[in-house]
Amino acid sequence: MVAAVLAESVAGDAKIVVKKFSVHYGAYTALSGVNLAVARNEIFSIVGPANAGKTSFLRVLNRMDALTSGMRYEGTVRFDGHDIRKWRNLYALRRRIGVVFPLPVGLPLSVFDNVAMAPRLRGVRHRDELEEIVERCLRRAALWGEVKDRLTALGSLLSGGQQQRLTIARALSQDPELLLLDEFSIAIDPVTTMKIEDVLLELKKEMTIIMVTNLVQQARRISDRMAFFHKGRCVEVGETAAMFDGDVRDEQTLDYLRGRFG
Amino acid sequence: MFQATALNRRNARIETGMRVAYLGMTLMLIVPVLLVLGVLIDKGAPALSWEFLTEVPLKGMTEGGIFPALMGTVALVLVALLASVPVGVAAAIYLSEYAPNTWLTRLVNLAIINLAGVPSIVHALFGVGAFVMFFGFGTSILAASLTLAVMTLPVVIVSTRESLRAVPQEFREACWTLGATRWQTIWRIVLPNAISGILTGVILEVSRTVGETAPIMFTGAAFFLPFLPQSVFDQTMAMSLHLFVISTQVPDVPEALPYAVALALIAVVLVMNAASIAFRVVLRRRKKW
Ligand SMILES: Nc1ncnc2c1ncn2[C@@H]1O[C@H](COP(=O)(O)OP(=O)(O)OP(=O)(O)O)[C@@H](O)[C@H]1O
Ligand SMILES: [Mg+2]
Repeated sequence: MVAAVLAESVAGDAKIVVKKFSVHYGAYTALSGVNLAVARNEIFSIVGPANAGKTSFLRVLNRMDALTSGMRYEGTVRFDGHDIRKWRNLYALRRRIGVVFPLPVGLPLSVFDNVAMAPRLRGVRHRDELEEIVERCLRRAALWGEVKDRLTALGSLLSGGQQQRLTIARALSQDPELLLLDEFSIAIDPVTTMKIEDVLLELKKEMTIIMVTNLVQQARRISDRMAFFHKGRCVEVGETAAMFDGDVRDEQTLDYLRGRFG
Repeated sequence: MFQATALNRRNARIETGMRVAYLGMTLMLIVPVLLVLGVLIDKGAPALSWEFLTEVPLKGMTEGGIFPALMGTVALVLVALLASVPVGVAAAIYLSEYAPNTWLTRLVNLAIINLAGVPSIVHALFGVGAFVMFFGFGTSILAASLTLAVMTLPVVIVSTRESLRAVPQEFREACWTLGATRWQTIWRIVLPNAISGILTGVILEVSRTVGETAPIMFTGAAFFLPFLPQSVFDQTMAMSLHLFVISTQVPDVPEALPYAVALALIAVVLVMNAASIAFRVVLRRRKKW
């Protein structure tokens, strides 16, 4: 009940509204029973054990299902009130959504070109402008100081944690309205993770952030609201603080949040 | 102190044995190559000269050079490449990057593999029917080159497709999430990382095209034609056919002559490959993951 009420309460100014949602790979259902809304300028986190369907959920939000054979979703997802199934130009949709993968995927290009890729795709040609964007995004991803002298080096030659921050910078270079982070901190050290969490708190003034995380405490530190996914179902959605205080519908949720799971 | 167990020692012995066995196999590969080259150089080199490469054949092909055949082979290969590389690469891009995994795609893939197994004499007959007669190109460089192109198309498609598939899928996905279209992804990420493999396919095609005799015999290569073709609609001499003719059809050919032609044939393959090999080395040095 709580979740439904909250979903209603944010629905007015929601960035994302998901209803009767399920994801399927061929005949296999990876996730079902998802009804939730994500408000503009909030950090919404999704937690849950492996195989819960968290990544599958993110992949539908930027319509990667259209590029994955056998993958499809049911139900509706509204982005700014528009049904993303009826979105005619999916490339335009994806340009508005930044994505960070769990394992860093540095494109086989220089550090500079990695970050300049999205601006170039949207037609930015002037070197000055590109340089300005690249620097701004690298600074925000807490990477500028480490790579400013090696912008022409291959992105894939950076350390794992640096590559991960490179992909964050690349996602930011899209000037996204929605940022999807899939376990962004598994390749990053705790100090840098903290730095990036601070950056996310800054960024939410400009964009909406949905973050899948295995670190329950990370969800607690920075997210406004959260959802708990388990075994291909969305168990519940609620205010992060309230849920950690024990205001949950399902005992499993609390067990998971308190680390007493399984 | 660490003591190697019997199992450790056995594994180490097997390891050494396998390494020696693989090395042996690899060295055995080199033997026939060296033997062939050795015989050719031994018997053919004395007949090779600058004049041999730049003069026309004389006295019923028992003397003189191979200039028209040399130029003819180069022309045949280049026209064949011009036809097959764009078509083959485009088909491979479609199959690897766009085609949905349906029965039709699988059928096409199966057809390509079978096409690669068709004997070259069958391609020759197809070439006569299709290019010489149906399209009315006559026996000409164009008809012969197109026949060669059809014959080598499967090689180009398969090798290109495989090198495209070798590019990690994560790169494509990362690119797509930035809002790139499939084509932008192919152009900026996939092709630059597959180009070295694609060139390998082209090298294979060149090698095969230079040596083929049957497909050009009925479609455009002439027995004896001691001047250069003026356009792609002319016939031409070709080194492979020339070699066949002087070794089997013409009496009183000096013994060194066929060997010299064969040596020149191999030299043509090497020269044509050298450019793309050099290109590939440069690209491989830039390989990025
Ligand atoms: N491309 C695919 N094809 C088929 N099945 C898939 C595909 N991608 C994911 N699945 C299946 O969907 C289910 C949910 O996977 P998903 O990656 O969404 O889980 P997750 O919650 O992100 O797990 P983790 O925490 O381990 O990342 C899994 O059983 C997985 O095997
Ligand atoms: Mg996942």
